[in-house]
Amino acid sequence: MSTHAQAAEVHAGASVGTNVTVWIGLVAITGLEVFLAYEHLQPALMLGLLVTLSVIKAGMITSYFMHLKFEKFQLVLWLIPATIFCICMMLIFFFPDSFRLLQLRR
Amino acid sequence: MHETKTDAALSSPWSGGTAPFAMGSKKLGMWLFIVSDTLTFSALLITYSYSRLANPDWPRPFPMNPAIIFSTTMTVVLLASSLTMVMAVMAAQRGDRRKTVLWMIATMAGGLLFTGLHLREWVHLITVEHFTITGNPEGTPLFGATFFGITGLHMTHVMIGVIYLGIVATGFGRGKFSAEDVEVNGLYWHFVDLVWMFVFPLIYLMSVKY
Repeated sequence: MSTHAQAAEVHAGASVGTNVTVWIGLVAITGLEVFLAYEHLQPALMLGLLVTLSVIKAGMITSYFMHLKFEKFQLVLWLIPATIFCICMMLIFFFPDSFRLLQLRR
Repeated sequence: MHETKTDAALSSPWSGGTAPFAMGSKKLGMWLFIVSDTLTFSALLITYSYSRLANPDWPRPFPMNPAIIFSTTMTVVLLASSLTMVMAVMAAQRGDRRKTVLWMIATMAGGLLFTGLHLREWVHLITVEHFTITGNPEGTPLFGATFFGITGLHMTHVMIGVIYLGIVATGFGRGKFSAEDVEVNGLYWHFVDLVWMFVFPLIYLMSVKY
């Protein structure tokens, strides 16, 4: 397949209706996050829930608005696992020491 | 028939001369930049999250009115600007220059409104609540450093994005830039919006005043 045909193939994306639906979903999740903020949850639980909802929103923006869902799957494989790996490396090397410091503080 | 060097280069994806992932180098470069900036913000937000959980005397300076109302409005404004940017990219791919420029102007307006609201938030925190980058009237001084540092870096990205939108909208309107340039611009703008999806809940919603 020629480059031009390949590029034309990946340009087929979501319709206006789908993008508006995604937008409504994003606003709805934002409303849910504001609601959760006033539920008097433990900070660690609150953080976990908010980060989970934010990751879902990030996935929606990346897939539809940034068009990644309609790009070649090799691009997804090239970008996403490496980014997640680097973030996990930050967490793995950060948290053991941070828990030790938390215990010392208490 | 004699095969040219170009024919040989285009004969398979592995023989060179084709676009990797079927995209141009500008778009590929923007994706790589987005990955690197994602890691920058991830590092900042992970260290902020640890500080937030590790300090029991973390201040809660954000009442519903005006802080949470303002910041929620800012979130919806930024999301709306992402939607207008999607419309701009679709118009650019259809070849409709006028509509592309109009949608990009709407996106810039969203970015400027976001920045205006955010600066108003900052002025209120500094002048009324006396929270600054070096200290606060209550709780750990880490709050001021993390709040102004992270939101300031994000606001800088938004302002750069607005300038970038202006340049590409002007150039596309004059026929200087292509639909691909608008799409690459869109990727940057959606990334700025994506970062705010993490900043807003972690920084504002984790510190609401009950």
